[in-house]
Amino acid sequence: MNSVSIQGVSKRFRLPDQRFNSLKERVLHFGKVPYHEFWALKDIDLEISEGTTTGLLGRNGSGKSTLLKCIAGILQPTSGQIVVKGRLASMLELGSGFHPDLSGRDNVYLNGSLLGFSKKDIDKRFDSIVEFAELSEFIDSQVKHYSSGMYARLGFAVAVNVDPDILLVDEVLAVGDEAFQNKCMDRIKQFQREGRTIVLVTHGTDQVRQICDYAAVLSKGDLVYSGDSLESIRSYRDILVTDANDDSVHLEVAENEPEGEPLGVWDEKSNPKYGEDLLNVGVSKGSEFYKDRTIEIVSVTFRDKLGVVCNSVMTAEPLIVEFEYKSCNIDEELFAVFSIYSVRGEIIFRNFFQDGLYSNIKLSQNGTIKFNIDQVPLLDGTFKVSLELLNRENQVIFQRDSLDSFSVTNPTKNVGLVNLQIKPSVE
Amino acid sequence: MVVRTSVTSDQIRVVRAQKGLKSRISEIYSRRELLVFLVKKELSTKYRNSTMGFAWSMLNPAFMLGVWYFVFQVVMRTTIPDFVVYLMTGLIAWNFFAVSLQSSSAAVVENAGLVNKVSFPREVLALAKVGQAMVFFVLQLSVLIITMAIMRFVPNFSQMYLLIPAVIDLVLFTSALCILVSALNVYYRDIQHFIEVLLFGWFFGSPIVYSYTATLATHLANRHLTWLYLANPMADIGMTFDRVLYGIVYYKTKGVGAYILPTFSTTWFFGMLGGIFLGSLILMLIALKVFQKLEVNFAEEL
Repeated sequence: MNSVSIQGVSKRFRLPDQRFNSLKERVLHFGKVPYHEFWALKDIDLEISEGTTTGLLGRNGSGKSTLLKCIAGILQPTSGQIVVKGRLASMLELGSGFHPDLSGRDNVYLNGSLLGFSKKDIDKRFDSIVEFAELSEFIDSQVKHYSSGMYARLGFAVAVNVDPDILLVDEVLAVGDEAFQNKCMDRIKQFQREGRTIVLVTHGTDQVRQICDYAAVLSKGDLVYSGDSLESIRSYRDILVTDANDDSVHLEVAENEPEGEPLGVWDEKSNPKYGEDLLNVGVSKGSEFYKDRTIEIVSVTFRDKLGVVCNSVMTAEPLIVEFEYKSCNIDEELFAVFSIYSVRGEIIFRNFFQDGLYSNIKLSQNGTIKFNIDQVPLLDGTFKVSLELLNRENQVIFQRDSLDSFSVTNPTKNVGLVNLQIKPSVE
Repeated sequence: MVVRTSVTSDQIRVVRAQKGLKSRISEIYSRRELLVFLVKKELSTKYRNSTMGFAWSMLNPAFMLGVWYFVFQVVMRTTIPDFVVYLMTGLIAWNFFAVSLQSSSAAVVENAGLVNKVSFPREVLALAKVGQAMVFFVLQLSVLIITMAIMRFVPNFSQMYLLIPAVIDLVLFTSALCILVSALNVYYRDIQHFIEVLLFGWFFGSPIVYSYTATLATHLANRHLTWLYLANPMADIGMTFDRVLYGIVYYKTKGVGAYILPTFSTTWFFGMLGGIFLGSLILMLIALKVFQKLEVNFAEEL
């Protein structure tokens, strides 16, 4: 049986270009308030069966939270309908119904009541709510004196303790300290054992891998994929990589600027969306002094073991990264420094240029610099690569920031950043 | 392993663009407990952090009463006997109406956080303001009763039953308007300020601080405009309150007699209140319909 049946749901937002809230402005601009339409959801059909855990994956603005709000009944779809069977509790924002001036106790009742539960229901569960939130000492003080962690804990405790048939969760599992997060996760798993339906919005593919039976991938309001959670992760990765590489297209245009400009310097304004994902590696310090020495990167290509151009590889498979360049007039020997970054900008790997392991290279006018990775030791994720060229005096002559990304799909159930071959042994 | 009970048919909920009015009303009714919690929240937070606290809910109308008493009794020497009782009677009904309308106009806007994050019938937010005013209404009514007892003033017990339809009308009419303005105010934030002005005028269009019969009645009757005055539900409800709680229709002093209240018969009162009830019911249905229509875009407007 389906717990949630989403039937041809579309949601249109009208975003006014200018806001006319006062009567005068409304009268003056009557009937011609400038707005543009934005379809946050486009004809979505999705069946969520009872007792399953479904993840909703997608980039920011893909419509996943809008879909969740429609299921929760906070937003009404512009067309189509959603049939929800069973009691539903939504955790869109923890403690959203809390009033700062009320005591924790009063807020539990108010919040529970907002979620649709009767006073009797809450009476029965009050003690377990307080116990779960670890707030028995503070339950009678005003919540405005609570820390944000306490606030979120109480919110979570109310939502999970009111016995819902369907639980909607929107990226709220990252609250509180680690111990509380584990507790939340345990509770979610308990819910799964009890055969409740969970719909979870998340960016974290690890979460999907760990707890979801199924997942649906949304992109720009379209349902791209729905089904098996591992397949969904792959589909989500593809979107991430495609979007990221689409974004870098016009960055390469920016690079072909008049000579003498420092090359490959990240222009934040040209693409603010990805700015947060990139690490500012530092401006190429040498470019001032080496203006006459230029090199232009034409393209960055990722190839799999067969040499096929491919932006995603499986864990433990080979990967070749190629930097094709032209118009190089540097004739001295160079060190090539290759780095891999996570999307958060942490350095996953960077070779050190002086330890002799990496031989010097000499560049001709046009050519390709290749890096071979025998076995990609990474688990899930999207990773960015960068290239720096240094001369003998360790001066950076050229720097290509991490604009290009590849993704790794992890076929196993292992979770984390790196792939280790672990074999347990007993002695 | 907990065995989940199967879902009963009444737990099936459909989310779509337009729902019937009937299912909406039953939804609001099913969340009446939430209404109680919201009223409690309003009451316990409204005067939080003020030294006088809840006392303000009584001090405010008491102060208003004092000012009007001074203006009409001391300055203008009104001919209305036992003016304090007359004034309190009218003000009780009016305060309920005015406080509800004033506070509910902002009800949805000030709860934007809730409206965007939690699913519940949003009409409840406006109704909670009415509920809060209802608590003040009961408190003020008890003060009136105490005042009457102290003054040894005897109300019109024989027609006391008229108070029931009058209060029902008052609550229904107020609630309908409140639901309407709370939704409209999301789109036109001017409503909130406009209501302040409107209430000021409306106050003087209703027989609260003056006696309609002793002042306006003959002028309006001569111009065949009595119906215009009576078309204001707050005038009719106020008159009913006056008839029941104050009850001095005709007053004779030093050999000169004067009518203080209209001489309407009980049948007339019932007819009038019945009319308001029907009108308010229609207004309520319109308000719910409008609210439902506007609610769709609340999330974008807030």
